[in-house]
Amino acid sequence: MSAFAESVRTAVDLILHADAALFRTVVLSLQVSGAACLLAAGFGLAFGAWLSVAHFPGHRALVWALNTLLALPSVVVGLIVYLLLSRSGPLGSWGILFTPTAMVIAQTILVLPVIAALTRQLVGDSLRDGGDQLRSMGARPLLCALLMLVHDRWAVLTILIAAFGRAIAEVGAVMIVGGNIDGVTRVMTTSIALETSKGDLPLAMALGLVLLAVVGVVNLLIGFAQRGHGSALAGVR
Amino acid sequence: MSLRSTARFVAFAAAGLIAFAAQAQDKFIVMSSTTSTEQSGLFGHLLPVFKKASGIDIRVVAQGTGQALDMGRRGDVDIVFVHDQVAEEKFVADGFGIERRPVMYNDFVVIGPKADPAGVKGKDVVEALKKLAASKAEFVSRGDKSGTHAAELRYWKAAGVDIAAAKPAGYKECGCGMGPALNIAASTNAYVLADRGTWLSFKNRADLAILVEGDKRLFNQYGVIVVNPAKHPHVKKDLAQAFADWVVSPAGQQTIADYKIGGEQLFFPNADAR
Amino acid sequence: MIRMSDVSVRFGEVQALRKVSITIGAGEFVALVGPNGSGKTTLLRAMHGMLRLRGQRVLAPAAARQAMVFQRPFVMRLSVRNNLRLALWLGGVPRVQWNERIAAALARVSLQGLEERPARALSGGQQQRLAIARAWAIQPALLFLDEPTASLDPAAKKEVEALLAGFAADGITLVMSTHNLGQAKRLASRVVYLEDGEIHADLPTAQFFDGGLTGRAQQFLKGEMA
Repeated sequence: MSAFAESVRTAVDLILHADAALFRTVVLSLQVSGAACLLAAGFGLAFGAWLSVAHFPGHRALVWALNTLLALPSVVVGLIVYLLLSRSGPLGSWGILFTPTAMVIAQTILVLPVIAALTRQLVGDSLRDGGDQLRSMGARPLLCALLMLVHDRWAVLTILIAAFGRAIAEVGAVMIVGGNIDGVTRVMTTSIALETSKGDLPLAMALGLVLLAVVGVVNLLIGFAQRGHGSALAGVR
Repeated sequence: MSLRSTARFVAFAAAGLIAFAAQAQDKFIVMSSTTSTEQSGLFGHLLPVFKKASGIDIRVVAQGTGQALDMGRRGDVDIVFVHDQVAEEKFVADGFGIERRPVMYNDFVVIGPKADPAGVKGKDVVEALKKLAASKAEFVSRGDKSGTHAAELRYWKAAGVDIAAAKPAGYKECGCGMGPALNIAASTNAYVLADRGTWLSFKNRADLAILVEGDKRLFNQYGVIVVNPAKHPHVKKDLAQAFADWVVSPAGQQTIADYKIGGEQLFFPNADAR
Repeated sequence: MIRMSDVSVRFGEVQALRKVSITIGAGEFVALVGPNGSGKTTLLRAMHGMLRLRGQRVLAPAAARQAMVFQRPFVMRLSVRNNLRLALWLGGVPRVQWNERIAAALARVSLQGLEERPARALSGGQQQRLAIARAWAIQPALLFLDEPTASLDPAAKKEVEALLAGFAADGITLVMSTHNLGQAKRLASRVVYLEDGEIHADLPTAQFFDGGLTGRAQQFLKGEMA
């Protein structure tokens, strides 16, 4: 228990003294996972919406595959992307291994299924409620699905928050494709892994608490934005 | 949120995210090395000196020796800096590296509980392992094909123990790095083979202490190899060669010798040894 | 306005419509009545072009502008104004006309002043009136309604009926399914009785209710009117 207390104290110290290296690490974490989340959202929301209205042989198989990819271990994604981007791999000429760009790519692949699968379910459910009425107004099926994304925008935001959480908390993928290079590709989670492997557990824990605090602040800001536009329950039917 | 303010927010966020992509591209090479070397803190001491002398940035990707050499084979790094002479020589023989230059050595130590139930304390690592095997004491092995793991297997072999065939009672493989292995040893009061550097930086010692040191066989030789541009034309050969030349030069060797933890020197330059 | 010839619709195992033929003329107010599962809703959707069917569906050019009001209104989580804007956009109405049409539509259904309210915060009756405003705003020539007052309280019901009567007076062709025979008698010019996916009776209102029926239709009428 005292180790935990020490970690909390260290975490507070780290935040208060705003160590430059730590700050850089935090900013890089936010940048990489934020970019991955946005990219995955661009593709995932569209794909999920499309999937909820598309009819073709193999549709069920595709949904099954998507749901299975929700369990994709981050290390596996890291390996796949590493082999693709390695100089000996097909995309080696891009030369982006061990850079933040590679990390963004890996995390985008990781959270894309999360966004797509959850969006598909969300939009599908809403379409059952009101898809007919949108169709009757003249919207083609895909447009109905996209309109439901607007209709369900707060639920979509929660999906994105979940995806961001998955991205910023993972270590397997960014470790392999980023290489945990000090000052270049070291992020919060790889720092935690490094301190753990050095045996400095209190510091590792403290960094973990800092990470949670940072994500907490992000969610707080999102919460304020939500509050400014009516509580979820006000007069809703 | 109105559509316009949403669009503005997204644009702002995107701009911030793209900012990091526009990092200044100064001269740099990527070097693969081992976790134990990085964790010893040597690079934090050595590389800034090199950067001052040459203006070249070195980005270190630290994994196990096996992975470090593999990255060299794939051409994902420009230069390799590990401590497994046999594997390094094969690497060069297979054409993946231009030349292997010895740089420095550090040593391994056998760590164990202060009480030393197996009675291994002394200067002879092979004798120590024989006693460990006989005593059924707990021993933690990294089991991760690292340079340290390879060394450990060599010592067992010299002690007449075939790990692959019959592990001694109490032998446990964690498939992990030096730090976690030390952590496990500390919490289970077990013996473990460690490099001195990681041990000196290790804070979680519990009841452990150095029991065996000084045996010549415990010396751990480091070599530096520039990746062969014949196999991977994109390799930054000149920059990498600059580092390889510097680290064996008197300036580089002195910088290595200057690195101390708690007043103790960790690495002993021996570039002239052939 | 619209002619359906030998139209059949099947959902999986269930045959919802069996070779139904019906012609709707301009300006008519047709009520579709019948027991649950008789195919009223399916026929409405088929006429509106929402279903795949066997048989023929022919539209007069004037019938191009159509809208439908459903039993339970679905309004988007947007303001009342934006819900109407969406309908106008989907209906291909030029942007310049939007403000005018929105104001007129809201006035017509007595929802003026509520433009900025979140549509979901309206009462059930108000949401249905919004759905009607949504349909009316694109100036449809043909309006389908699927039990539009079934989920409303008596006061709201009366308001909606008044609206529909007004639409009919304006010359809009209406086809409405209803459980409420009194409603059919009050509003419709013609009543069609369906049972089991087939039309069993199709008469002008007066005739339908004053002894013009035989067989199953007559039994239905007796049962419902009791």
